[in-house]
Amino acid sequence: MPRKCGGCDKNAILKRPKTGDALCKECFFWAFEEEIHHTIESAKLFSPGETVAIGASGGKDSTVLAHTMKILNERHGYGLNLILLSVDEGITGYRDDSLETVKRNQQQYDLPLTIVSYEELYGWTMDAIVKQIGLKNNCTFCGVFRRQALDRGAMKLGANKIVTGHNADDIAETVIMNVLRGDIARLQRCTAITTGTEGYLPRCKPFKYTYEKEIVMYAYFKKLDYFSTECIYSPNAYRGFARAYIKDLEKIRPSSIIDIIHSGESLSVKKDVRMPTQTVCTRCNFISSNDVCKACVMLEGLNKGRPRLGIGKLHKERRKWEEELEEQSKILSNGDGTTPLCCGGGKCGADGGGECGTDEGGECGTDSGGCKN
Amino acid sequence: MTLRITVEFSGGAELLCRNVKKHSLTLPKKEETWLIRNLLKWLQENIIKERPELFIQGDTVRPGILVLINDADWELMGELDYEIQENDRVIFISTLHGG
Repeated sequence: MPRKCGGCDKNAILKRPKTGDALCKECFFWAFEEEIHHTIESAKLFSPGETVAIGASGGKDSTVLAHTMKILNERHGYGLNLILLSVDEGITGYRDDSLETVKRNQQQYDLPLTIVSYEELYGWTMDAIVKQIGLKNNCTFCGVFRRQALDRGAMKLGANKIVTGHNADDIAETVIMNVLRGDIARLQRCTAITTGTEGYLPRCKPFKYTYEKEIVMYAYFKKLDYFSTECIYSPNAYRGFARAYIKDLEKIRPSSIIDIIHSGESLSVKKDVRMPTQTVCTRCNFISSNDVCKACVMLEGLNKGRPRLGIGKLHKERRKWEEELEEQSKILSNGDGTTPLCCGGGKCGADGGGECGTDEGGECGTDSGGCKN
Repeated sequence: MTLRITVEFSGGAELLCRNVKKHSLTLPKKEETWLIRNLLKWLQENIIKERPELFIQGDTVRPGILVLINDADWELMGELDYEIQENDRVIFISTLHGG
């Protein structure tokens, strides 16, 4: 027989992972929403009059986020102007369908919607990029481009802030991944509730302490309309392992998730660890930790038929390219005019490259918004 | 006595059974009562069409798949040891995809 709710005398429908409390539907909705309100208040995420762009993918997290932001904005008089902002990566059979969900959300929540596309921003859809580079490092491209695309879209709308649906499980995964990769810079900032304040638009995660289980249960009991298909291009094995590991831990001890976040927050980096300095990209003027930002390097690679330029160690790939060009110009000057300068297909022996996500990686979902799988 | 129940898959778990979300099932006659534990095994053998490892891990569901029995969290109902009743509705929601 079901247990009774801890807050009233109705039958409980959910056992909360964070606290172990059993709650009925109404008490759960209230506790879920008010906890997020508490997070927003105590971190002072917003000020009245601000325009806030909600990064909306049509998936469960961003759908619940849009719904909750709308409710709390009205209930607690935040005075925010809320906008849905979606990125169209150009993935046929995946994003086109999920964007249909966002369009329905626009109607259901009565919020304005803007869609920015990779094609209009960069001249490349993910379908075209995958055709060029295959299924190996495509998530690296997508992650870097999405991060910028959300910023550019939000700025176009005159937004002051971006909110994303990253939940506690996602953040715990990211902490684990950054530990395993030794990525100290990311490890330090991945638990921050707001990032990017010094550079461009601040990005906030109101679901930082919200468990995925509760988000899915909330969506289920509220009958929210969300899209739940795996990205057709996302074999992100590394995050997949971290994810399964976190879920296994949660099964044994549900507080593990919040504990990992707490550990991440409490880490302090030794003073003599060299950290990347933030500067501005000399090509597109966006924040970057290098002279030329990752997105511009990746675009250059795509446009020149050397897509691996944007993945792994830049200098290695560039040197190889220069050597090849030199080789070819020697052949040309010897009078053999038939050799083309480059195969153009990105296939000319570019196999060195190194692992993705090493320095400026931006691998799918680190904190780049959207895809986390 | 056979047992008639409804089982639903969503959140991506339906992909493991040819994209069919709702299944009206008649569980075969059995000496002892049907427990969720038995149902999982039966589903694995009869309903799950591909990649059963994405549904079952050991003798339980893979962590990350939420289970609801008559619209209540199975963690409140005894999980694997819940005794299935006529007309019960069991729902599996996968959370193992992006959002």
